[in-house]
Amino acid sequence: MKKLINSAESAVDDALAGMAAAHPSLRIRDRVVYRASGPRAGKVGLVSGGGSGHEPLHAGFVGYGMLDAACPGEVFTSPVPDQIVEATTAVDGGAGVLHIVKNYTGDVLNFEMAAELCEDVQVAGVLVDDDVAVQDSLYTAGRRGTGATLFVEKIAGALAEEGAPLAEVASVAGEVNARSRSFGIALTSCTTPAAGKPTFDLPDTQVELGIGIHGEPGRIRAPMASARELTEIAMDAIDRDLPLEGDLLVLLNGMGGTPLMELYVAFAEVAAFIRGKGARMARSLVGNYVTSLDMQGFSVTICRLDDTLTRLWDAPVETPGLRWGR
Amino acid sequence: MGGSPDHETGGGFMDLGTLTTAFFVAWLEEIAEQVRVHRERLTALDAAIGDADHGANLDRGFTEVLKALADSPPTAPGQVLVSAGTTLIRRVGGASGPLYGSAFRAMGNAVEPPVTQAGFAAAFEAGVVAVERLGKAAPGDKTMVDALAPASLALALAVRDGVGVREAFELAARAAEEGARATIPMQARKGRASYLGERSIGHEDPGAASSALIVACLVTVSSRR
Repeated sequence: MKKLINSAESAVDDALAGMAAAHPSLRIRDRVVYRASGPRAGKVGLVSGGGSGHEPLHAGFVGYGMLDAACPGEVFTSPVPDQIVEATTAVDGGAGVLHIVKNYTGDVLNFEMAAELCEDVQVAGVLVDDDVAVQDSLYTAGRRGTGATLFVEKIAGALAEEGAPLAEVASVAGEVNARSRSFGIALTSCTTPAAGKPTFDLPDTQVELGIGIHGEPGRIRAPMASARELTEIAMDAIDRDLPLEGDLLVLLNGMGGTPLMELYVAFAEVAAFIRGKGARMARSLVGNYVTSLDMQGFSVTICRLDDTLTRLWDAPVETPGLRWGR
Repeated sequence: MGGSPDHETGGGFMDLGTLTTAFFVAWLEEIAEQVRVHRERLTALDAAIGDADHGANLDRGFTEVLKALADSPPTAPGQVLVSAGTTLIRRVGGASGPLYGSAFRAMGNAVEPPVTQAGFAAAFEAGVVAVERLGKAAPGDKTMVDALAPASLALALAVRDGVGVREAFELAARAAEEGARATIPMQARKGRASYLGERSIGHEDPGAASSALIVACLVTVSSRR
């Protein structure tokens, strides 16, 4: 498999060097991506992180109205506690720091260890677990954090920018997660730089249903079908878990390798499904935001909005990956 | 010879039946070597039910462990293990970094020189408990614990039965290997493999496989002298 890299070992650092060169609004040091403007006194700091390979998540969401710092790990591997401690200490403007953590064993362990080490900073955490493909039970590691991470980072980021205290920012972040559900479908596997070949074999005639964001196989394999049928599978799974009603925020997310044209084909089906349920698509976003390297496929994430969440979603944001209103 | 420096024993692995600092350093060197040799196999196991990076991550981690041990040479068994554990936590990331890191740190904090066979068994048990606690995993969940817990039990039984060190390590290695193989028909209940549900059945758990490898290195090292 051809990869546009210098070497598998240097791919993460080389990509960060490119981000730094492309975005003067970022400052990147020791595998932590900060706002170049530094912490603002009295503002709650937002720190997230996770494996690399999901770009623009998380580093691409560092900036006004979203994160204060992101900690990228190796490809699909959570960051280490040192990075998280460094980021947390650096972005604290005296009002404390919120850790936004996707629910994967590695991310949870490393963020927990880091939070314990941040003795001089008030730290709160929110765990994102929006993936309905996984049953939240004693028999799994719990639901995975996927597309809703973007919603949590955007909405909590807007609230922090307004000067809200840590407890309130954490509470709204948790509420966004509680109101959000996701489901993903893969048309192909993905290829990590280190492995150099696809993580799993998926014939042209089949798709993986209920995937996460690390190229891991999904819950079941099914025959390849039309965009309408595949979208319906995803929407049904979400609707069964959290009935679609009222004002919805909808993310049609590409996994990295699917053309935008096809994402729009799928989005038309998502819009029709929502109309059919009598709900209203109040806000939407279509594109590659929470990716799995070069995987082809998509995920749908839906959040049931209220007036406050809609206002915070609409608030200005200025990051490499998301920007409006400013 | 409680706590005596190793230079008095010429850097040997055993000193009056106790395990020396040199033994623990050699253990970690052997682990680093074996992880490198088995890197692709571990990664392939992980590709089946995880995200295809277990071999690469451990290789990176134990390479760093050797660097740290060379930079500040430890003078006691506990220091070797705590240094290794801290390095793994600080450098690896993912779940395996904190889990193996905590295991080695807990072991290191539990060993008291001179490290008798019983002392080693007790420290190993402390390491396994650390993994179980941090990972909230129990035997049967299809994790590292399925290899480590039987190994720990084998070490304890060997002490009770008065079996020699080398044979004890062989029993532990066999128990770990069988434990790892026993994960094949299991359905994962922890970690990333648990997302696959029933599809995790039929694959050996990569964490259990690397744990068995780490225990097997005890045999290799204790066989050298």
